[in-house]
Amino acid sequence: MTAVVEPAAAAGEVGAARRRKEDARLITGRTRWTDNIALPGMLHLAILRSPHASARIVSVDVRPARRQPGVIDAFSGADIAEIQGSLPCAWPVTEDIVHPVRPPLADGFVRHHGEAVAVVVARDRDSAVDALEAIEVEYEPLTPVLDLAAASRDEGLVHPDKGTNRSYTWIFDSAQAGTGTDVADAAAAAEVTLHRQYIQQRLIPAFMEPRSVVVDPGMGEYTIWSATQIPHILRVFYALLTGVPEHKIRVIAPDVGGGFGGKLQVTPEEMIAFFAAQRVRRPVKYTETRGDSMLSAHHGRDQIQDITLTATRDGTLTGIDVKLVANMGAYLGLVGPGVPILGAFMFNSIYKVPAYRFECVGVFTNTTITDAYRGAGRPEATYAIERAMDDLADQLGMDPVELRRRNWIKAEEFPFTTVAGLVYDSGDYDAATDKALDLFDYAGLRAEQQRRRDSGDPVQLGIGVSTYTEMCGLAPSRILGALRYAAGGWESASVRVLPTGKVEVVTGTSPHGQGHVTAWSQIVADELGVAFEDVEVLHGDTRTSHKGLDTYGSRSLAVGGVALVEACRKVRDKARVVAAHMLECSPDDIEFTGGAFRVRGTPSSAKTLADTAFAVFAAHDLPDGVEATLDADATFDPQTFSFPHGTHLCATLVDTATGHVTIHRYVAVDDVGKVVNPLIVEGQVHGGVAQGIAQALHEQAVYDESGTLLTGSFVEYTIPSAADLPHFVTDRTETPATSNPLGVKGVGEAGAIASTPAVVNAIVDALRPYGVDDITMPCTPERVWRAIKRGGAS
Amino acid sequence: MIPVAFDYLKPSTVEEAVAALGASEDSKVLAGGQSLLPVLRLRLAAPALLVDLGGVPGLSGVRVDGDTLVIGAMTTHAEVASSDLVRRHAPLLAAAAATVGDRQVRHRGTLGGSLAHADPAADLPAVAAALDATYVVQGPAGRRSVAAADFAVDLFTTALAPDEVLVEVRLSIVDGWSTHYEKFHRMAQAWAIVGVAVAVSRSDGTISGARVALTNMGPVPHRAVEVEAALTGAPATAEAVAAACVSVSAGTSPVDDLTASADYRRDLARVLTGRAVCQALGI
Repeated sequence: MTAVVEPAAAAGEVGAARRRKEDARLITGRTRWTDNIALPGMLHLAILRSPHASARIVSVDVRPARRQPGVIDAFSGADIAEIQGSLPCAWPVTEDIVHPVRPPLADGFVRHHGEAVAVVVARDRDSAVDALEAIEVEYEPLTPVLDLAAASRDEGLVHPDKGTNRSYTWIFDSAQAGTGTDVADAAAAAEVTLHRQYIQQRLIPAFMEPRSVVVDPGMGEYTIWSATQIPHILRVFYALLTGVPEHKIRVIAPDVGGGFGGKLQVTPEEMIAFFAAQRVRRPVKYTETRGDSMLSAHHGRDQIQDITLTATRDGTLTGIDVKLVANMGAYLGLVGPGVPILGAFMFNSIYKVPAYRFECVGVFTNTTITDAYRGAGRPEATYAIERAMDDLADQLGMDPVELRRRNWIKAEEFPFTTVAGLVYDSGDYDAATDKALDLFDYAGLRAEQQRRRDSGDPVQLGIGVSTYTEMCGLAPSRILGALRYAAGGWESASVRVLPTGKVEVVTGTSPHGQGHVTAWSQIVADELGVAFEDVEVLHGDTRTSHKGLDTYGSRSLAVGGVALVEACRKVRDKARVVAAHMLECSPDDIEFTGGAFRVRGTPSSAKTLADTAFAVFAAHDLPDGVEATLDADATFDPQTFSFPHGTHLCATLVDTATGHVTIHRYVAVDDVGKVVNPLIVEGQVHGGVAQGIAQALHEQAVYDESGTLLTGSFVEYTIPSAADLPHFVTDRTETPATSNPLGVKGVGEAGAIASTPAVVNAIVDALRPYGVDDITMPCTPERVWRAIKRGGAS
Repeated sequence: MIPVAFDYLKPSTVEEAVAALGASEDSKVLAGGQSLLPVLRLRLAAPALLVDLGGVPGLSGVRVDGDTLVIGAMTTHAEVASSDLVRRHAPLLAAAAATVGDRQVRHRGTLGGSLAHADPAADLPAVAAALDATYVVQGPAGRRSVAAADFAVDLFTTALAPDEVLVEVRLSIVDGWSTHYEKFHRMAQAWAIVGVAVAVSRSDGTISGARVALTNMGPVPHRAVEVEAALTGAPATAEAVAAACVSVSAGTSPVDDLTASADYRRDLARVLTGRAVCQALGI
């Protein structure tokens, strides 16, 4: 048997706009969400949360709750004080970081609205919720520390025993690092100086599926289902925090309905459910309500950014000096301290600047913790530099695109070592920008803007520019180590070829909406010459995939996808030996083309992967030294980050009578390197841009003066729907990454990083004739209206 | 998101409903449930008894009774918005009903439920006020009529007694008026920050009659009678309309909250009233 039919994948799956395999089950819900898990004898948890932002717990009496119908157990922090320990922070960014104890269940004090105080375990969820009302808690309210700037000056203490609210101060100085000169010298010599303070408002990730956890204590062999982004990391922490040996813990992230970084956490609820299951020796489930989620799942952003640009009169940047105050909330989250540090390398963005200094102070307040949220540090940095560049262009009387073009790294200058010490491997900022300007009709919109200004139109038009890059594909383990992150950044993949030639992939990434099952199938199809449909992707279960570092930081394809390619190539090498044996030639005479192993010069003599798989399975006639499996593992640790970039342009129409903003045109040209599935890339760009627009226009978590979260539901915390968003014009340039064999970069966060400054720049641009040079996000109609009134121009 | 346990009754006549309400110390009427159920699920209210009007025949539908348009209290927003009779005889109400909530809410929520709930941010009470609607309510002593102006008493409070049920809304058919509902909100599908319901008539180049009512500019719908007077007899020009609307916020008491401040709402009311009148006039 030598003739083979060409496999369907011969035309190339990578690059095809495949519809996602997983969507049918995700969209219909005919799948296993954690809350769908039902185990025999399973009990349900309800959690009583603090109504106070800061209080001493005088007493908690759970006994009345234990007497309620259906209740099996009720306990408070004092009941598990001996075993509950402290929730982890995996990123203590400085040696002397102040890291307060964070018990999963409050013990003695509560330090933010919504902190877990007591737990009821009952036969059903209704009974558990009802019984919460019987718990008696006496609080002694304390004065909460809420204002971030005041907190940074230690005006009131969140943790009085620590003596300060300042968790850490982290500094990068290009003069000290040897990557550039001194910003003080740049300031002294500056022909032009621009200083701005921008506020990164606090956001709530608002993933679609609320968090849920099921713990089955078995007979000392724990199985945990959790709606998490990080099943592998969670397993390690369960072992470290509970003392249960790691091999007795299995963590499963079944299908997970979104995360945006919000499920990159080891949560109080996960630990509380574990302790509850230990106490009652039965499976327990906790599923949060939306209200609980908004109160207690970690928040994002929340920084005060002071940025100073120095430049020459012709618009050449000479220095960037950044001072951040970053709100940690009441405690440190899993990677919370590191979030602003990820931004430290991005304020210089795509620009050549000789001097750079960055200083960040992480500060405690009596609020929910902050941690990773789509972009994690990079959207904040990009916002500040891109807002400041538009403001500098205005100050210099230059076109904002020309100012950027004057300063950005040229295509022929890559690889380029930045003033922050990163090596950008590739990029073409001129190409992306030129394409965007063309799609946008930049000149035409500028002319329309002038017409509206000249005629005094009550509806003014503004144009906002955002040329961004970001560092993603987290991450080179050595760099993470140097930044004091506790874990590495490698990723793993296993490929198993079944006897009939079907392929199972085990990935260490943990998709929660990204479409890995589809993209990974496309990669395998091309690498092994099998059909897209013949690949199954297994993920999110530490029993089937014990090695992995999960999904966040736009890392899955750029790290996990590369591991997958390497595993496929190992399989291919093995199959090549088998094919050569079957074709009675030397492996050196075999080439893999058209999806099959062919004898060089005699392409009709060929074996497919399936042919070799069955031969391996039968094992009747294997070459000496060849094992009877066609499996391979690979682990990839990148040498550097990946650096997607792009140009986003936004035109807004601003109703100057009401302050209402309409996005008139939005163009996004992104360069994410080689594309595996353009449909998935498009979806990521749309979602990211929508989320960035949401920060610009709509979303903000608000606490009142007592520290009560006012935006506790989607009535007050206004996330946009499709009806609130414009038509997006999207396109790409393709500059392959040179840092990985796939040439891919990340795309998951790019839209959210790029879009926010584009939108705010456009609003400010519309209103410059009114004397407006900043509007604090979100740019609600009232804030825009007030800015116009305050601007005082006619 | 789990309500406190409650008793539930689904009567088949209004009389039964009224009797049940009268017999209970702590009951709520359940119509479409689009406001009540979220409140229960958040445990902001915990009534002992819900009396569901969904099983009472004859409470929904639209008909013309002489020179009056009659809309049953259990008619859904979607039915109001799409009814040929409402669109012909009360286009302002049809237009406003089409802006309520989202599609799901409009197919569950009812006209009577919205009016009886008396949320100051709800669109339809101001529309009913602008149209001088008459509310027919039924209690133990039978039916009585309440003028729209008297129905809304305060925030979430109406002239309904605890044992009364709103059964229908009656609108005098007045032809030849043109209308517009201007709703300003931050997000599609969100509550109105301010809404303006306008009905105007014109003869030649002059405004011959005007009715203006505001949503969310105080605890109850605000009928801007001074603006109505200023508009009446004014030329149908944008300048004259703007001048007549300058003081539309006089006498209002809008809330200052997370969504918008009171002074912003007042200025919005001025701008939006002018726009609504011009829109209705087609200028």
